[in-house]
Amino acid sequence: MQIPYTVELRSDTGLFNAKLGVWLFLASEVMLFGALFSSYVLLRVGAEHWPHGWEELNIPLATLNTVVLISSSVTMVMSWASLKLNNFKKYKMYMGLTILCALIFLVVKAFEYGHKFEIGHLPGTSTFLAIYFTLTGLHGLHVIGGIILNGYLWGPGSKMWQSAPDRFTNRVEVAGLYWHFVDLVWIFLFPVLYLL
Amino acid sequence: MSEAHAEDIKKHVRTYIMVFVALLALTVVTVAISTLHLSTFAAVTVALIIAVIKGSLVASYFMHLISEKKLIYAVLVLTVVFFVGLMFLPVGAFSDKITMP
Repeated sequence: MQIPYTVELRSDTGLFNAKLGVWLFLASEVMLFGALFSSYVLLRVGAEHWPHGWEELNIPLATLNTVVLISSSVTMVMSWASLKLNNFKKYKMYMGLTILCALIFLVVKAFEYGHKFEIGHLPGTSTFLAIYFTLTGLHGLHVIGGIILNGYLWGPGSKMWQSAPDRFTNRVEVAGLYWHFVDLVWIFLFPVLYLL
Repeated sequence: MSEAHAEDIKKHVRTYIMVFVALLALTVVTVAISTLHLSTFAAVTVALIIAVIKGSLVASYFMHLISEKKLIYAVLVLTVVFFVGLMFLPVGAFSDKITMP
């Protein structure tokens, strides 16, 4: 059986199915992270003492990671635009750069975590560190998920460009929606955890 | 692919670059302001305003929300309503005096 509406638009929604599906998924993701942000507010307001982010965390490294993740969002959207312009070579380059940026993000994060563990700052040390590790850990899992997804679309999955180019372009577009969401979450995590 | 379509995409690409520069600039601004160590209220307000601007740029241009179908907007309006509800849960928790010792 053929999957319907991978390219042509459904007349009632005006969308191809994957786009609506991914947006609904992202809506559920907003609630997942929203619940944790809400918990953060509750914990912080209820705490007798709450450290400033800059006392506990490494702001230069986090700023670097912010730049890395924003750059990866740009290369992601450029990879989609390259497919729209029929330039598969450029797609490969931009998608490769997106994955590279995601890996750099994880390496920097690993250094941050490693340093925390070295000085004995574990999730159980304080409420601040508990919510810090929960939020950044969940976000990190999303980055890993994005690397797997984008890695597939860069490697074996890119064969679809030969057989069904429009369908493949749509796949890259919705993978982009997910990846930009991961960037969006970090845009809020960074000031909330590090700068306040 | 038609000429007009390719021109459209090229225009998009120029927009992406401008958004990229804006996001970098706003990152620098928010970090710079954090070094001033403002009062908690001022710091939270400024940081959240900048984060909302950055988030809107990503959602509008990279996620193409600036020109999307009605159904997607409907889904997002519902999401925002529930998200705001979530953010107000702590307020409810703190006004519940029964749980206070």
